[in-house]
Amino acid sequence: MAKGLLGKKVGMTQIFDEKENMVPVTVIEAGPCVVTEKRTEEKDGYQAVQLGFEDIKENKLNKPKMGQFNKYELKPKKYLVEFRDFASDLEIGDEITVDIFEEGEIIKVKGVSKGKGFSGNIKRWNQKIGPKTHGSHFHRAPGSIGAVDASRVFKGQKMPGRMGNEKTTIHNLMVMKVDSERGVVLIKGSVPGAKKSLVRLIGLEK
Amino acid sequence: MNIIDNIDKENMRDDLPEFIAGDTVSLRIKVVEGGKERLQQYEGVVISRKGGGVSETLTVRKFSHGVGVERIFPLHSPKIASFKVIRKGDVSRAKLYYLRERKGKKARIKEKR
Repeated sequence: MAKGLLGKKVGMTQIFDEKENMVPVTVIEAGPCVVTEKRTEEKDGYQAVQLGFEDIKENKLNKPKMGQFNKYELKPKKYLVEFRDFASDLEIGDEITVDIFEEGEIIKVKGVSKGKGFSGNIKRWNQKIGPKTHGSHFHRAPGSIGAVDASRVFKGQKMPGRMGNEKTTIHNLMVMKVDSERGVVLIKGSVPGAKKSLVRLIGLEK
Repeated sequence: MNIIDNIDKENMRDDLPEFIAGDTVSLRIKVVEGGKERLQQYEGVVISRKGGGVSETLTVRKFSHGVGVERIFPLHSPKIASFKVIRKGDVSRAKLYYLRERKGKKARIKEKR
C-alpha cells in the first residue's frame, strides 16, 4: 500500500545530520491535503484516492469543477491528483499532513522537470563537442545521422528538439527531517522542477 | 524564501567570534577514530571566507613539517568544538591566495593594531 502527499518545492539548502556531516536538502512545503474522491475496485476497476492541495477562491473555478466540491461540501482546492493503491481506510474529507512521513524513510518524488526549450544534441543527449580551434568547422553540430545506403533516417536517431518540461520520477530519496509545525519536509538531494512547482511525494505504507 | 531562511537559522551557530581573512585562528575539531571521539587541534591563517548563511566555509592554511596544508571547514559545523581568534591580521585582501606562493618570512602577516 502506498502513501503520498502533494507539495510545492521551496528551494534547496544544507543542514547537518546526526553524524554532524553537511547534507544538501530540498525543502518541500507539503500538505495539508484533503481526500476529495475515492476510486474503488467495484465501481471503477481500480483502487485510488484523489487528493486536493492548496486552497483557492470559489470564483476561480468554473461550475463543473465546483460541482465536486459542492457534492462533498469541501473547500475548493487548486490541485487535484490521484494516487493509486492508497491506504483504503481513508474517507472523503480526511486531511493528510506531513506526519505520514518519518525521518530516515526512503521515498520517491514525482515532478515536472525544468523546461530547457529547443536544445541541441550536446545538451540534450550529452554528445561531445568538436574541436574549437585548429580550423575546425565542426563545433556543436550533431554529426552523421546515418549511412547513405539506408536512404532514410532510422527511428530513435538522436536529434535536437524540445528538452525538459516532462514528468520525472526520482527514486530512493531519503527524508531527512519532517517539520510538522511548518508543514515542511526536507529531502536529501535534488528534486525535479523549478521552485514553486508541484511535486508528489510517494512512500510505502508499512 | 522565508521558510529556507528559518531552517538555515536553526542550523547556524551564534557562538562564533568575529573574524576576517588574515586572522590566525585555533580550532578544535571532533575526530572519530576507531569508535572513539577525540578533539584535534588545528591552528593557522584564514585565507578565505566563502559562501553565506549556513553554507559558509572558511579555509585555514598552515605549515606542517615544512609542507603547506589547507583545510576547508563548514563554519557552522557542529564538528568545530571550539573556535578562537588568536591574532588579528592586517591585510588588504579578502582572499589571501597569494600566500600559497610564499614561504617563510614572506608569508608573514602584519598584526593589526
